[in-house]
Amino acid sequence: MQSLKQQWFGNVRGDILSGIVVALALIPEAIAFSIIAGVDPMVGLYASFCVAVIIAFVGGRPGMISAATGAMALLMVPLVRDHGVEYLLAATILTGIIQILFGIFKVAKIMKFIPNAVMIGFVNALAILIFMAQVPHFIGISNMTYVFVAITLVIVYTLPRFVKAIPAPLVALVILTAVAMFSGFELRTIGDLGNITQSLPSFLIPNVPFNFETLQIILPYSLALAIVGLLESLLTAQIVDDMTGTASNKNKEARGQGIANVVTGFFGGMAACAMIGQSVINIKSGGRGRLSSLVAGSFLMFLIIVLGDLVVKIPMSVLVGIMIMVSIGTFDWSSFKYLAKAPRTDAIVMLATVIIVVYTHDLSIGVLAGVLLSAIFFVVKISTLKVERKNSHYIVKGQLFFASTDGFIDYFKSTDINEKEITIDFSNSRIWDDSGVAALSKVKDMLRDEGIEAKVIGLDTSSQKVVQQLDGISSSH
Amino acid sequence: MYKNILLAADGSNNALRAANEAIKIASLSNESVIDIVYVADYEKTKEDVLHASSADELMIERRKKIQNVEKALKDNNVSYKVTILHGLPGPEIIKYANERKMDIVVIGSRGLNSLQEMVIGSVSHKVMKRVYCPVLIVK
Repeated sequence: MQSLKQQWFGNVRGDILSGIVVALALIPEAIAFSIIAGVDPMVGLYASFCVAVIIAFVGGRPGMISAATGAMALLMVPLVRDHGVEYLLAATILTGIIQILFGIFKVAKIMKFIPNAVMIGFVNALAILIFMAQVPHFIGISNMTYVFVAITLVIVYTLPRFVKAIPAPLVALVILTAVAMFSGFELRTIGDLGNITQSLPSFLIPNVPFNFETLQIILPYSLALAIVGLLESLLTAQIVDDMTGTASNKNKEARGQGIANVVTGFFGGMAACAMIGQSVINIKSGGRGRLSSLVAGSFLMFLIIVLGDLVVKIPMSVLVGIMIMVSIGTFDWSSFKYLAKAPRTDAIVMLATVIIVVYTHDLSIGVLAGVLLSAIFFVVKISTLKVERKNSHYIVKGQLFFASTDGFIDYFKSTDINEKEITIDFSNSRIWDDSGVAALSKVKDMLRDEGIEAKVIGLDTSSQKVVQQLDGISSSH
Repeated sequence: MYKNILLAADGSNNALRAANEAIKIASLSNESVIDIVYVADYEKTKEDVLHASSADELMIERRKKIQNVEKALKDNNVSYKVTILHGLPGPEIIKYANERKMDIVVIGSRGLNSLQEMVIGSVSHKVMKRVYCPVLIVK
């Protein structure tokens, strides 16, 4: 891993330029995700500012961008709706504390146990939910809304072919906001949904009663936010690792996300995490170091303070177009190929994860269900044991342990054996535990009662050890 | 003589044909080394990471993509090494070839995705225009 000095100042020019690009690309997303969560745009903007700046110092993956995200916003919806924004801020602080604990106890390691199928389901479900959240903002409002959404989409998909330096969403935003302002079309704007405050965030303690009841309300949300935030952050870190060909400290990142969220909660921001899309933009624009995240956060705040009056004039329909682009970019389009090619059980896990998330609107439930389902599939697969017969030769295929002994014994119970002497071949199998040994001696006893002598061959060293340990106990001697 | 030969590989049949030409050039001198360069495209990083269960598996998956080329080189007893770069295929190959002062770049005329080629132009064309050394584009 690079030295701290290298992480900060190894790529100053690239980091400053990419940081500016990311700040420009972040504004529409931070506002849109605030609207999804049901809070003022400032809550998402403050979160993006605080988290991007703090993570520059305490994160474990230089070059990664963290800010207000769709995954987190979607989880907050019921909390904000039922209890209000103050409870969201309290939940954000608790989310951070949980993530710090995750980091300290090195929970980042458990990421390895989350199967690909679940992660693919996660991003697809996220994409679908972001899209669904846009529907009320553009279906059946006015014809001009459709036109603006369509023009936005045309701009964001064609412009990058000709202009690479400026993010296309920003161009769409500026042009269409100008058109909307001067033409006087009847369009809903961001100002209709919330306020923009042109000032730096200030320290405040969330206005909630500090009692057990509050904890009961926020804890489930905080847990879900902590898990989902970490999941997306660690996935993003892997992507940045691969793009840059460098390693990162995942536990430090988990801790850093936690610290950033605690601080954000006290400064009026909503819980945040790493963003795949923005991090990719950062790396592509030449960002590599910690400076890029610091510049992105600071420049974002600067723009809001200077241009806040104009931000409220942005038509919702442009934001909707940009969010449709974000959801298309989030979706894993190779999933269709995956569904056809991957093992059936993996495909089922992926689909189940998507369906459960879309049904419950809760990414954390979908992930937990997906992990559980694939664990069940794994147990079923590992405990499946087959015996193949070649004349008097019986080849065992699979693992012989407590969960698979029934299949082993049943096979020999149900098969008619005519030979007086058979061999049971374990060269494609392994005996793992006492139950396996017991099953083997039970089968031998059973066969001997029928006058058949069974010879066991092909046991590997570790299986032999297990068998020998129980030699005295075994009834066959 | 062509000592340092850059062979761009992407798993396609074109790359394999390019490899066969690179072998011919390498066989002219005992000192020739073919550098097989594969670029892990930024546009596909998210997909690649999402579908691999670990960084190690991803490495193997990428090595598999150039297995056809590697095998051809091995069969012909050509000395070679493998380099995996990250970024956009065209610019990365150009940067690498110019920085390492390659003697020649051998590249297939068309990669895997013809739609992409129509929209953004072919990698081989970009490489040909901006690499300092001679470029052999193989049909």
